[in-house]
Amino acid sequence: MEIHHHQYEAVIVGAGGAGLSAAVYAARGGANVAVISKLYPPRSHTGAAQGGINAALGNLEEDHWEWHMFDTVKGSDYLGDQEAIELMVRKAPEIVYQLEHLGLPFDRTPEGKIMQRPFGGHTRNYGEAPVKRSCHAADRTGHMILQTLYQNCIKEGITFFDEFHVLDLLLEDGVCRGAVAYEIATGDLHVFHSKAVLFATGGCGRIFSFTSNAHALTGDGLASVYRRGVPLEDMEFFQFHPTGLYPLGILITEAVRGEGGVLRNDQGERFMERYAPTIKDLAPRDLVSRAIYLEVREGRGIGGKDYVHLDATQLGQAIIKAKLPEIADFCRTYVGVDPVKQPIPVKPTVHYAMGGIPTDIDAQVIVDDQGTPVAGLYAAGECACVSVHGANRLGCNSLLDIVVFGQRGGVRLAEYVKGADFAPLPPEPEAWSVSQIERFLKGPGDHQEKIGALRAEMQELMMRDVGVFRTEEPLRQALAGLKALKARYQEAEIDDRGHRFNTDLLEAIELGNLLELAEVAAAGALNRQESRGAHYREDFPQRDDANWLKHTLACKVAGQIEFSYKPVSITKFQPKERKY
Amino acid sequence: MKAHFKIKRFNPEKDREPHWEEYELEVEPTERVLDALQTIKWEQDGTLTLRRSCAHGICGSDAMVINGKNRLACKTLIKDLGSHITVEPLRGLPVIKDLIIDFTDFFAKYRSIKPYFINDEPPPDVERRQSPRQRARFDDTTKCILCGICTTACPVFWADSRYLGPAAIVQAHRFLFDSRDQGAEERLPVLSAHGGVWKCRTVFNCTDACPQGIDVTGAIAEVKKLLLFRKL
Ligand SMILES: Cc1cc2nc3c(=O)[nH]c(=O)nc-3n(C[C@H](O)[C@H](O)[C@H](O)COP(=O)(O)OP(=O)(O)OC[C@H]3O[C@@H](n4cnc5c(N)ncnc54)[C@H](O)[C@@H]3O)c2cc1C
Ligand code: SF4
Ligand code: FES
Repeated sequence: MEIHHHQYEAVIVGAGGAGLSAAVYAARGGANVAVISKLYPPRSHTGAAQGGINAALGNLEEDHWEWHMFDTVKGSDYLGDQEAIELMVRKAPEIVYQLEHLGLPFDRTPEGKIMQRPFGGHTRNYGEAPVKRSCHAADRTGHMILQTLYQNCIKEGITFFDEFHVLDLLLEDGVCRGAVAYEIATGDLHVFHSKAVLFATGGCGRIFSFTSNAHALTGDGLASVYRRGVPLEDMEFFQFHPTGLYPLGILITEAVRGEGGVLRNDQGERFMERYAPTIKDLAPRDLVSRAIYLEVREGRGIGGKDYVHLDATQLGQAIIKAKLPEIADFCRTYVGVDPVKQPIPVKPTVHYAMGGIPTDIDAQVIVDDQGTPVAGLYAAGECACVSVHGANRLGCNSLLDIVVFGQRGGVRLAEYVKGADFAPLPPEPEAWSVSQIERFLKGPGDHQEKIGALRAEMQELMMRDVGVFRTEEPLRQALAGLKALKARYQEAEIDDRGHRFNTDLLEAIELGNLLELAEVAAAGALNRQESRGAHYREDFPQRDDANWLKHTLACKVAGQIEFSYKPVSITKFQPKERKY
Repeated sequence: MKAHFKIKRFNPEKDREPHWEEYELEVEPTERVLDALQTIKWEQDGTLTLRRSCAHGICGSDAMVINGKNRLACKTLIKDLGSHITVEPLRGLPVIKDLIIDFTDFFAKYRSIKPYFINDEPPPDVERRQSPRQRARFDDTTKCILCGICTTACPVFWADSRYLGPAAIVQAHRFLFDSRDQGAEERLPVLSAHGGVWKCRTVFNCTDACPQGIDVTGAIAEVKKLLLFRKL
């Protein structure tokens, strides 16, 4: 294994929508920046986003940022930070126009403006009725955003290290010094000495078994900073998207319901009318997912099984072809269902981590309730928690989040590196990474435990005990189970002992990250004794603002998880009961 | 059902030549080939190496030759192949290991056509207008996920590695037919140069194989026409 050394003012880890936005604006701000990504940038999971990106453009009907703000705050079950939300929604129209100016091919209205459609939880006049706010390009909006941003990075001449897997953050005395990456093609290590690092490594849905998240979404960035003593915020809030294609978990966008599709149980009943009389099928995801689970529990799943139907047959061939072509393709390819003629089988699928690395509105990582920053450390996108999504994210607000805060992070990064020096590297910066690799490459070879089997056990356990409905006892069992899995992970071995493209090794390292994060999520779920947004405790079914209107910070101290808290920023909207 | 996989393996750290290895496993007919390959990796042989991420045909990671045809492993179901399945790396680009090919040349060619929006006029405060018809004009080529299937299915590319290949031309088409873009003058020289569109012999392998259903040959033909028209 060779060790290579690089120096860049700023390093961005991750090349999805957040990382690429940051890169464009860091470069424009004059920073000498490198982007490191374990996937080729256009393979990032931002490309999977289907439905759209929100902005109150009002292209088709009246809309205002204040309405968007209210919906986002209410959708977050009042846990979202209102200062950050206000900034994001006020900035949204400018961000969407900027994307258009960068070449993004949005769908168009007859007048040639950006096309918009309704989405879950987005309403007119503070909850009256659904509003057309989601700007989209068919059901490929994420693909178009990812492509457009990557194209503009090429235009800016940004340096990429493609298929480099970051293993470790170099952080000492509260000052960021760079990162260590593993070159997948060769097995060499690369030490990146930098003044600043921005993590944009996306989600960690792979801690669960039934998910819309890519195999690559293993939370590496979250785990890397967590191991270095930075807390993670609100990790107990995991979004289950109501409509995962049964039995695979592939996402069927909310746009199907935005365009007029409805959910039906075994009796053909449009059951959302009972759960959310005003906005029905376009209620926020936490509500709809719980409704589906309840229907299934009460025996109204299709044929008594654990799924329901998403009925889009009334949309007709033309709309499905023009507005939902990818979805139709998925249904036909994977389950042989033609959504023009037949209902789509769906079940809630693990989708989005509301929690993440705590940051301020400039993507600067902060570690406590005092706003204490880690010098030179930034995070943006799904791996960060600003928090604009609070306890439950609304559809089409993540693409907005990643571009808004990716961009702010990039701008801030460029400013920061102008005024900062390179902090010296620690004596053996690659030591921890080398030890991780060697443990797997030089194991005794008697194969006690297999990575794939351990991962499957963890995913099943999380699904069963840390899912849509949670209670104390199963959560305690989950924590005990995870502890046992972590111990067995220490004995696990891999088959591939080579240096070239060793994905066996990388999957093993990723599992280490997943186990760490699964534990934080389960511990946070046990700790939070209330129900809010996506976190639903059957033994504490009410929201408890008196005790729990606060963010959780989970920190690793001497191998144990310690919790502390941070207040929620409440400016315009006082917490109210959440009804739809 | 029982499935029989025959996979072309090559690890240059150990092997002098590629060789075939065979695996048997229980699968559901509705499973993806990708699922089966991962089961083999996770349960039988961890050294089997492939790229994958999204597992539903949108990231372009797992293009490979399956039963003789270029396909995405995650968009190919076992039931459409039968119980005997052969898997090889894409042809025409160097193999790094097993099913992993080296995409360096592919992305260099992609970059050579200037795959980004060019319009130096100051933008309006809102969106640039584009009619639904103008938008539809280049819709097909916006779908490209850069999976490499078309380029590595092209006999012209196999024979002459200087050829840009269909994927790069598809990307050029996406901008050339976008009413807002003004970069044609910069792109057309690359497209009309020696390795450019004129190499295409309309074999249609690319169109047949594209997992996004893009009319690749049609896009190349449109770029050819544009070049002819410009020259007149
Ligand atoms: C199927 C699906 C549909 C969605 N639809 C919508 C929608 O319509 N609207 C909406 O607003 N949101 C949607 N979302 C959510 C949204 O798409 C994601 O939250 C968002 O794209 C995340 O972007 P990101 O840039 O943070 O991360 P990603 O795009 O996931 O990128 C992560 C990057 O980090 C890199 N990386 C990870 N680990 C490492 C490492 N160790 N070393 C180096 N690089 C690393 C990866 O290579 C990748 O480049 C959807 C999500 C899914 C899963
Ligand atoms: S045109 Fe089709 S086959 Fe070619 S790279 Fe794009 S998506 Fe793949
Ligand atoms: S894994 Fe993404 S296209 Fe197959």
